[in-house]
Amino acid sequence: MKRIHDDPSGAGRAVSVRGLVKHYGETKALDGVDLDVREGTVMGVLGPNGAGKTTLVRILSTLITPDAGRATVAGYDVMGQPRQLRRVIGLTGQYASVDEKLPGWENLYLIGRLLDLSRKEARSRADELLERFSLTEAARRPAGTYSGGMRRRLDLAASMIGRPAVLFLDEPTTGLDPRTRNEVWDEVQRMVGDGVTVLLTTQYMEEAEQLATELTVVDRGKVIAGGGIEELKAKVGGRTLRVRPADPLHLRPLAAFLDELGITGLASTTVDAERGAVLVPILSDEQLTAVVGAVTARGITLASITTELPSLDEVFLSLTGHRASAPQDATPADTREEAAV
Amino acid sequence: MSAHPSTTATLDQAPPAAPSAAAVTPDARISLRGHLRHTGALVRRNLLWIRQDPESMFDAVLFPVVFTLLFVYVFGGSIGQSLGGGQQAYVQYVVPGLMAMMGMNMAQGVGTGFNQDFNSGVMDRFRSLPIGRGSVLFAKIAVELLRMLFATVVLLVVALLVGFDITDWGGLLASVGLSAVFGSALMWVFLTLGVIMKSAQSVQAMGFLVLMPLQFGSSIFAPTQSMPGWLQGFTDYNPLSSLADTARGLMVGGPVAHDLWVTLAWSVALTAVMAPVAIHKFRTKS
Repeated sequence: MKRIHDDPSGAGRAVSVRGLVKHYGETKALDGVDLDVREGTVMGVLGPNGAGKTTLVRILSTLITPDAGRATVAGYDVMGQPRQLRRVIGLTGQYASVDEKLPGWENLYLIGRLLDLSRKEARSRADELLERFSLTEAARRPAGTYSGGMRRRLDLAASMIGRPAVLFLDEPTTGLDPRTRNEVWDEVQRMVGDGVTVLLTTQYMEEAEQLATELTVVDRGKVIAGGGIEELKAKVGGRTLRVRPADPLHLRPLAAFLDELGITGLASTTVDAERGAVLVPILSDEQLTAVVGAVTARGITLASITTELPSLDEVFLSLTGHRASAPQDATPADTREEAAV
Repeated sequence: MSAHPSTTATLDQAPPAAPSAAAVTPDARISLRGHLRHTGALVRRNLLWIRQDPESMFDAVLFPVVFTLLFVYVFGGSIGQSLGGGQQAYVQYVVPGLMAMMGMNMAQGVGTGFNQDFNSGVMDRFRSLPIGRGSVLFAKIAVELLRMLFATVVLLVVALLVGFDITDWGGLLASVGLSAVFGSALMWVFLTLGVIMKSAQSVQAMGFLVLMPLQFGSSIFAPTQSMPGWLQGFTDYNPLSSLADTARGLMVGGPVAHDLWVTLAWSVALTAVMAPVAIHKFRTKS
């Protein structure tokens, strides 16, 4: 990563990680990770299953201790000052960390009391957060009866009780359907708007783009790339334009036409015959506009035109030359089964 | 647990960003009051579980009823004869034993429920909060002791219905107290199992395997005089024998002092060894 310099004070940095190592037997969950998150920003940690993302979050939230290396959160050392550190963080684990037998309100009240709020404060904080996360109507129902999205919102609300300075979100939308995923994204963005520093892990480039200002790509316990979202997108080849002509017979002529067009910097197209679309890698909005303009001018009727972000797999391919360690886990969120029970 | 005026009024002046600042000493150690508050909040959680799922109280109700009726009516006649009475003599013998068993029976369940918590993400959240690690365990024990008291009351009602004659009510209270002390000592053992074992089922199976021979290889259900010598060697040192004999002495009369000290020594030793182990395992579980 670029922003690494040896300033031991960690000023301006909400999270600072140096040379973090955690081995489980032969498995190197973390193998020397460096990472910085500036205050008020959202750091996305992108990587496949088994890359070490969850291990990182668990170390930063003091659930496990590293074998080597150093990490501070809000200036507190994860090893030396765990008690102080726990007061300033919020954690939403990969699996909803709410008590399913307790009603939503009781879940939040409990966390409030455990965070040393007075009964009165804990009560009003629970009411306030249920309202904010649109759960007021379900307040008295056991969390076990909630839908996946409601449970995740309750989980986020629970993480916010103590008004944390740093929030850890471990795969906040894994297992959610697209609509629910969008709801969770909205909530996370609102929290960021409140000035919380967020470190989130994800397997999806799309999620990282939606939420993160900066990105760290990890694989097999190592950081393989890092930087601003735009910077990384440029590195991995930006978006792909999926152009679907109304008449399937136009598919190959359209591809040939775009290849011969000569738009500056435009890479060659590929044909996805199965789904009747031409795929055009684009690097800028100008290229997107040029392609659409040319197709329109040519008079080809289109059924649809969409832009796609590179998949985790494609990101990995272009960054490392090999596929993600666990390619089967790089499928989009909406095709995954509900993992959070 | 209902709301009465807060005992943490000083917190109200704390700035919103650090609502807890007043509750911590400068090095962020948790005060005794903090520990009590956390344990109280977690006790409330476990009591709400019971309200949400009243069936979880079934064992506390059924166990004393079934065991009392089973032992009194199936074995009561024949064992009673050897005691020089009849069924009634056996009632006087077995009820204090069953009373003594309540604590340990609840102990068995505590590990199972605790293990289930780990398989959801709830424990992760608790462990990422600034609370004493022991609070979660203390709360669990407090609720199980309440369940034990409930089961004891049920047992007492059934025992009186089958003709149990209490000669010493003070002794009864003392023996319930002793059962609770021994039971909570045993709970630390099962909490440790609950932390280190992978599934709730294995915790349950383990509890059964350990407690079954201990319970039957003791003087709880039958006098040990008729047992073979090698078994008597075991039952004499089995703390459950001491516990049962103490309860008997306290409730229907007889020598108490020696067995009482043995039982207390076991309780203290188990707690002193297993409580730190359980808390340590809980703290370091990854």
